[in-house]
Amino acid sequence: MSFSTKTVRQPEPAAATGTLISRRVSSSNHTWNLVLVGAVLVLGIVLPFILPAAELGIAMRILIFALMGVGWNMMSGFGGMFSFGHAAFFGIGAYTTAFLLVEVGLTPWLGMIVGMVISAAAAVGISYLALRYQLRGAYYALSTFAFAEMLRLFVIGNESLNKTVGFTVPVMFGDNWGMFQFRAGSPVYFWIGTAMLVIVMLFCIWFLRSRAGRFSIATRDDELAASAVGIPTLRYKLTLVAISAAITALAGALYLQFYMFIDPDLAFGATVSNNAIITAVVGGVGTLWGPVLGAVIVAPLSDLVTELLRHPPEWLSFLEGLDGLDILVYAVVLIAFVLLLPKGIVGTFLGRRKK
Amino acid sequence: MALLEITGLSKSFRGLQALKNVTISVDEGEILGIIGSNGAGKTTLFNCITGAFAPDTGTVKLGGEDITGKKMHTLAQRGLVRTFQLMRPFGTLSTIDNVTIAVQSRGVRPESKARDEATMILARTGLDGWADATSGSLPTAVQKRLELARALAMNPHVLLLDEVLAGLVPSEREPVLELLESLRKNDGVTMVFIEHIMAAVRRLSDRVVMMDQGAVLAQGDVDEVLANPDVVAAYLGKEYGDAA
Amino acid sequence: MSPQAQAPAQPQANTPSPPKAARRANGRPSTRTMLVALGLLVIASVVAGIVSGSTTVLIQALVTGLLTGGVYSLIAMGLTLVYGVLHVINFANGALVAVAMFVSYAAVNALGLHPYVALIVTVPVMALIGAGIQAGLLNPIMRSPIHTQLLITIGVALALESLLLIIAGPNPKSVSLPGDFGVEIFGASVSVSRIYAFVGALVLVALLWIVLQKTRMGTAIRSVAASPEGARLVGINVKRIYIITFALGASAAGAAGTLVAPFTTIEPTAGATFNLTAFVVVVLGGMGNVPGALVGGLIVGLTEQLGGLILPGQSPLLAVFVVFLLVLFAKPQGIFGRSS
Repeated sequence: MSFSTKTVRQPEPAAATGTLISRRVSSSNHTWNLVLVGAVLVLGIVLPFILPAAELGIAMRILIFALMGVGWNMMSGFGGMFSFGHAAFFGIGAYTTAFLLVEVGLTPWLGMIVGMVISAAAAVGISYLALRYQLRGAYYALSTFAFAEMLRLFVIGNESLNKTVGFTVPVMFGDNWGMFQFRAGSPVYFWIGTAMLVIVMLFCIWFLRSRAGRFSIATRDDELAASAVGIPTLRYKLTLVAISAAITALAGALYLQFYMFIDPDLAFGATVSNNAIITAVVGGVGTLWGPVLGAVIVAPLSDLVTELLRHPPEWLSFLEGLDGLDILVYAVVLIAFVLLLPKGIVGTFLGRRKK
Repeated sequence: MALLEITGLSKSFRGLQALKNVTISVDEGEILGIIGSNGAGKTTLFNCITGAFAPDTGTVKLGGEDITGKKMHTLAQRGLVRTFQLMRPFGTLSTIDNVTIAVQSRGVRPESKARDEATMILARTGLDGWADATSGSLPTAVQKRLELARALAMNPHVLLLDEVLAGLVPSEREPVLELLESLRKNDGVTMVFIEHIMAAVRRLSDRVVMMDQGAVLAQGDVDEVLANPDVVAAYLGKEYGDAA
Repeated sequence: MSPQAQAPAQPQANTPSPPKAARRANGRPSTRTMLVALGLLVIASVVAGIVSGSTTVLIQALVTGLLTGGVYSLIAMGLTLVYGVLHVINFANGALVAVAMFVSYAAVNALGLHPYVALIVTVPVMALIGAGIQAGLLNPIMRSPIHTQLLITIGVALALESLLLIIAGPNPKSVSLPGDFGVEIFGASVSVSRIYAFVGALVLVALLWIVLQKTRMGTAIRSVAASPEGARLVGINVKRIYIITFALGASAAGAAGTLVAPFTTIEPTAGATFNLTAFVVVVLGGMGNVPGALVGGLIVGLTEQLGGLILPGQSPLLAVFVVFLLVLFAKPQGIFGRSS
C-alpha cells in the first residue's frame, strides 16, 4: 500500500483571532514586487512635479514612516520579535549623524552609515542579551521599551549630546550634495528619500528570498523546529535585528537632514516607536509592502487632522481648535485595526487572494 | 560500542523529577522502541538527548563522542534528527519549502538542487500532491508525514521519532511503517521511537524500553518486557489507579 | 496530561502546573535575593552619602525615596494584578491614573469634596472604565498573541490621554489638600500628604491582599491566574473574572491617582511618567505579586533618590532604568518571584 496522493481541498482553518502576522510569504510574487518597486521609483521621480511644494513635507513624512515601518517589520513581522521601542534605533541614526556633522564636520552621507552600523550593533547587543536570557512575551516587550526610554534619558542627561536642546543642522547656502543639504523645500530631498526606500525595498526583497531570509522566516514560524532541522536560529534572529535597526537608523538620518533638527523626544520618544508600529499594523505586519501602504495612510493622518481642526466644515465646527484630536485618531485607528483587521490591509488582501 | 549511549540522565523541573537516572544504549542499525504512559518522561528524554535542554546529570554520547548539552542545530547537522509529537511545520511556508529548507540547511546549494532533492523526499513520503499547499493548513495526518519528510531531509544517522503514528488511522499507518522499515534496511538509519501502538512497537522494534515516572522500568526483548509484571502493573495502574 | 515539554529551556512555563495544594511556596522571596537586594541598597546608600558628602542630604534622600516609593507601589498595584491574572502589561495603567486624577479634580471642584473623600467617586468610576475596557476591547482577543493585547493597551493609553487633552485642555491643574503641612522625620522634611499616600499604599496592599486571599471572588481570581483552563473546568466564568480583575486594577490606579493628586501636577501626559516607574516596580517585585509591588516600589523610590545623588546631573530615572534592565536579565521573576 502506498501513500495516497490525492489532494483533498481542505478548508483553511480559522486563523487564531487577532493574529497579526500574515500567513503567507509572497514567494511567488517576485515579479509583482519588482513591478511595485518600479512604480515607487517612477512615482517618486514624478511626484515633486505634480505636488505643490507645501505637500512635499507630507510626502517626505510618508517616506520616513515607510522606512521606519519597513525596518520595524523586518524584526517584528518577519522575525516575530515584536519591538515596542524601535525609537531607539531611529534615534541612534539621527543623533549619530547629527553629532558627527555638528561636532566633527563629517558629511551626513558617511554619518548615516556610521549611524546605521552603531544602531545595528546596539540592536544585536541588546537582543543577544534578551535572547540569551530568554526573555519572552511581555518581558521581551518591556525590555525593548525600556531600552528606548533609557537612551532618551541618557541623552537628556548628557552634556556632549546637548541634553534637551538637541542638535540643529547648520544651514548652508544653496544646494550642497556633499553635505546632503539643499534649498528649503527642494525636491531633491524627496528624490533621495525615494532612492533610499527603493534600495531598502530591493534589499529586503532580495534578502527574504535568499537562504538567510528563508531560514529567518522558518525560525519565525517555529524556532524549535528550525533548530531541529539544523538552523542556527540565534544567528538568523540577530541578523534580522541588525537589518531592522539599520533601516530604521536610515530613517532617522533622513529625518534629521530634512527637518534640520533633532532632540531627545523627537528621536527616542514613545511616539516614534508607536508610529513605526501603527504604520506596519495598518498596512500589514509580516508583509513586504504593508508598511509602505501603512505609511501612505498613517503619515498624512496627523496633518489631515490638524487641517481639519483649523478649518473644520460646518457640521464639525465644534472640533475647531481642539488639541489632541490627532492622537485620538491614531489611537482609534490602532485599536480598530488590531481588533477588526489584524492582518492589516495588505495582509488581509493577500490572505483573501489565496483562496 | 553503541552508537547512542545515554548514561545516568536526570532532569527535574521546579521540583518535578522528569527523568531519573536513565541509562539506555542503542546500537548501530538498531530500532529501539520506547513505551510508557503519558508523563513517563519519554519526550523529556528526547529533549535532553537532542539538546532542547541540558540534563541535570548524566551524559549522552554519539559514536563515542560526548554530546551532552550540545545545541540542537549542531546535533541535527551531525545526523541526530528528531520529529515532534505535536507537529511543528513552518506554517506560512509551503510543504515543499519546508523540506527544501531542511535540505538547504545541510549545505546543499544551489536552491534548485535542494528543491529537487526535496521533491524526491516528498515523493518518498507520499506528499507530492501537497507540495505547494501552505503547510499550516494541512490536515493532521499530512502534517505528520511532513514532520517525517523534514526529518528525512536531514539525512539522519540516528532518527528519534516522537509518536509518529499518533493521529493516523490504521490505513495511514502502514505506509509509514513500511517507510521506516525501508529506512533501516536501505539507508541503515538507526531509530529510536516513542510509540503507544503496541502492534507497531512489536513490528518495528528490535528492543524495547519501558519508562514510568521518569525511570526505566524494563528493557529488552519486546515480549519479555511486555510480560514483565512491573510493566503490566504500571500500565494497568495508570489506567485504573487514577480513577480510584 | 503529557507535559508540553517541547520548548527549550523555559520549561517552567510548560510543565503542567502542580495541583494548588502541592504548589511550592513561590511568592516568598528567597532569603538570598532579599539579602542581595538589601546589601546593594546599603552599598548604594553609603556611596551616595560619600558622593554627596552630607548625612542630612542622604537622610532626605532615603526618606523621600521611601515615601515616593510608596507612591510608586500604589500606582503599580493595579498593573501587577492585571498582569498576574491576564498576563497583559497594561500600558494604559498610567493613563488610568491620570484619568483618576482628573476625576478627583472634578469631584473636588464640582462637588466640593475633600480630596480624599473624592475616593468614593473616583474608585467606582475607574472600576467602570476598567470593566468597559476589558469587556469591550481585551476580552475578544485574550487568546491572541501577547503583542496584540499590548497594542490594544497602548491604543487605550493614547486614547485616554488624548481625551483628557481634548476635554480638559493642556493646562495643568492642581488639587490641594486642606491642611497640608510640612513635617520633620529624622531631620528630613516632607509634606504630610506624601505620608498619607504612603499609608494609603500600605492600606491598599492590605485591602487587595484580603480580597484576593479571603473572598470567594479573590479565590476565583487566583484560580484563573494559576490556570485559566483549570478554572474554566471548575465552572468559573473566566471572561467575567478578567473583567473584574481589570476593573480592580483600574480602581487601584484610581485610588492611586486620588491619593497622589494633592502633590502631583495634574495634566493629561502625567500618565506616561507613571508608566515607566510602574513597569520597573512590577518587574522588580515580581509580575503579579501584589506585596512584591510594595517592596518593588520602595526599592525603585530609593534607587531613584540614591541614583540622583550618586550620578548628579543625570536624570535619576536613568539609574532606575539601568537597574530595571539588569533585573530583567539577571532575575526576571523579580525579588519575590511569580504571583503570590
